[in-house]
Amino acid sequence: MAASVAHDLSNAPSVITLTGVNKWFGQFHVLSDINLDVKEGEKIVICGPSGSGKSTLIRCINRLEEHQAGDIVVDGVTLTNDVKNIEAIRREVGMVFQSFNLFPHLTILENLTLAPIWVKKMPKRDAEEVAMNLLKRVRIPEQALKYPGQLSGGQQQRVAIARALCMRPKIMLFDEPTSALDPEMVKEVLDVMIELAGEGMTMLCVTHEMGFARAVADRVIFMDRGEIVEQNEPESFFANPRNERTKLFLGQILHH
Amino acid sequence: MTDALPMGERPQLAPPIDETGPLGWARKHLFSSWLNGTVTIALIVGIGWILSWFLEWAVFTANFTASTGAECRGGGACWALIREKFRLIFFGTYPFDQHWRPLFAVVAMLAMLVLSADRRMWNWRLLIIWGIGSFITFLLMFGQLHIPLTLFLVVALVVGGIGMTMRKGIAEAGEMNAYRALAAIGLVGIVLRILGILPAWSLAIAPFSYVETSMWGGIPVTLILATYGLVFAFPYGILLALGRRSHLPLIKGLCVGFIELIRGVPLISLLIMASVMLPLFLPSGVTIDKFLRAQVAVILFAGAYIAEIIRGGLQSLPKGQFEAADAMGLNYPQKTLLIILPQALRVVIPPLINTFIGFFKDTSLVLIIGIFDFLNSANQALVDPNWAGFPGEVYLFAAFIYFCFCFSMSRFSKKIEVELNRGTRR
Repeated sequence: MAASVAHDLSNAPSVITLTGVNKWFGQFHVLSDINLDVKEGEKIVICGPSGSGKSTLIRCINRLEEHQAGDIVVDGVTLTNDVKNIEAIRREVGMVFQSFNLFPHLTILENLTLAPIWVKKMPKRDAEEVAMNLLKRVRIPEQALKYPGQLSGGQQQRVAIARALCMRPKIMLFDEPTSALDPEMVKEVLDVMIELAGEGMTMLCVTHEMGFARAVADRVIFMDRGEIVEQNEPESFFANPRNERTKLFLGQILHH
Repeated sequence: MTDALPMGERPQLAPPIDETGPLGWARKHLFSSWLNGTVTIALIVGIGWILSWFLEWAVFTANFTASTGAECRGGGACWALIREKFRLIFFGTYPFDQHWRPLFAVVAMLAMLVLSADRRMWNWRLLIIWGIGSFITFLLMFGQLHIPLTLFLVVALVVGGIGMTMRKGIAEAGEMNAYRALAAIGLVGIVLRILGILPAWSLAIAPFSYVETSMWGGIPVTLILATYGLVFAFPYGILLALGRRSHLPLIKGLCVGFIELIRGVPLISLLIMASVMLPLFLPSGVTIDKFLRAQVAVILFAGAYIAEIIRGGLQSLPKGQFEAADAMGLNYPQKTLLIILPQALRVVIPPLINTFIGFFKDTSLVLIIGIFDFLNSANQALVDPNWAGFPGEVYLFAAFIYFCFCFSMSRFSKKIEVELNRGTRR
């Protein structure tokens, strides 16, 4: 893989700040006292065992999940129950899901242009131009008029990335983007993500692709039982994990 | 021979010859074993026997030309009765010399329905088709229409309002101003009308003699009750279904309560309530047309059933669809109209059309409250003492007409299902 694209972020402004964030599912404490500061252009990989709260964490950032205590500030806007704030944040934050979640009744092009036309009120022609350019970037412009069901998993996930990018977001959230893919399709999706990272996008990515983490992450965060257990730059994170739980986890996923 | 070729270059071979063609098909499906062959022959003989008996009665010994019931007796089917009474069966008690009006009304409605079945019309054109179609239908049926000023004002307000909200940010300034002007005219007009400053003016279109709804009968009545019943029940059922899934307890409670209440009573009791009990509660002097009351009862009833079907469709959608729409920043109406409903409705086409077919036939229950729908009109044809004794022919004929409508709906359901699912593999 390419050398790390990590760069100096110490002077960059914060785009996401989580302070003392707590969340419960019923009695289950799924996020406990999360503090996280994400700089503009920073790429963060979040890993951890299943049920550790990593997906919940990034889903709190665009309010797919509601946090019950603490503050989340995204791009200067504080997340509250105010629908205006939520919609403002969602316009700035793109999300890619594990199961793609493309709209099966719309063509690829319509999937891409939907939000720009209806949320950003962009003229249809402009939206289509933006969409075609993005489809070229993810290398599937020829699929524009097909329906999602006619594409392979890897192609669908690349469309999902392009769909999120159509809104020109400042931040991209990836929730296990390659976990539902057949092994031979993982690379084509990771390549697109690496390219995106190279362009300076702020990215939060829940993934177990440690090669990807090494290649693009500025910081790797390890979560367990709802806590951020350890965070470090990838080099040190993989070479010298300090916490026992991190060591155990890395031992489990890197043993072959 | 093919073994010599490497993998991937072997020619596509035709399937074995005895598996294809009509002979191959018959051997495989009809005569694959002794038992299968025996069953096939027995069924063919059985069907042939019934068919020959039916054709003997309905065609070969049938009487098509008799001028009285007495001439018909003794032979096969008395289709002469249908020939004699078809106008009564089709148009019921509608004034005899004006029968061309319900005929053209039916033609207009069928044209409207056929056009609506075309998916290319599923946009603003649908509104125009239904506007014109309904206008023609009711103008012909009533003969005269008095369109009150208030209706124009309401339409202006609604069109302006919808335009302002739906086209916000997309439309040019001129178009937006037109919407604003329309909405303003509508709003101001309605206020003035309520205050009594504007007169109760109405636009009278009166090319024909007036025929009130109690004189209507036959196929147009069935068609109007079913078509408008379902057209209004459909959006209303969608709202109920969405309300039932609402997070707001009050809205949810109201919708659940309404659905359960309506589903818990027979349509007949609802019709009788609308026809007998409702007038008791109205202040004296106020009357609501009986036909309209029956129509409203059908709408309420169908709405509850449609709501439950659509709820099934809504629940079948994966959570990810809602989340993806949310994450893109779509608001609730956008999410519902663009993402959720198109998919949910697609899933429920078969049960939905099933319900439509059921309600088309259920409209015949209005005979309970003395409305002459198609079946009731057919019944009237039996009353004539000159033609007594041929209920089979009349009911068979009525059944045939019902079948034509229901079967077309069924075929349409099939076609639209295939069309909508083309390219989308789930």
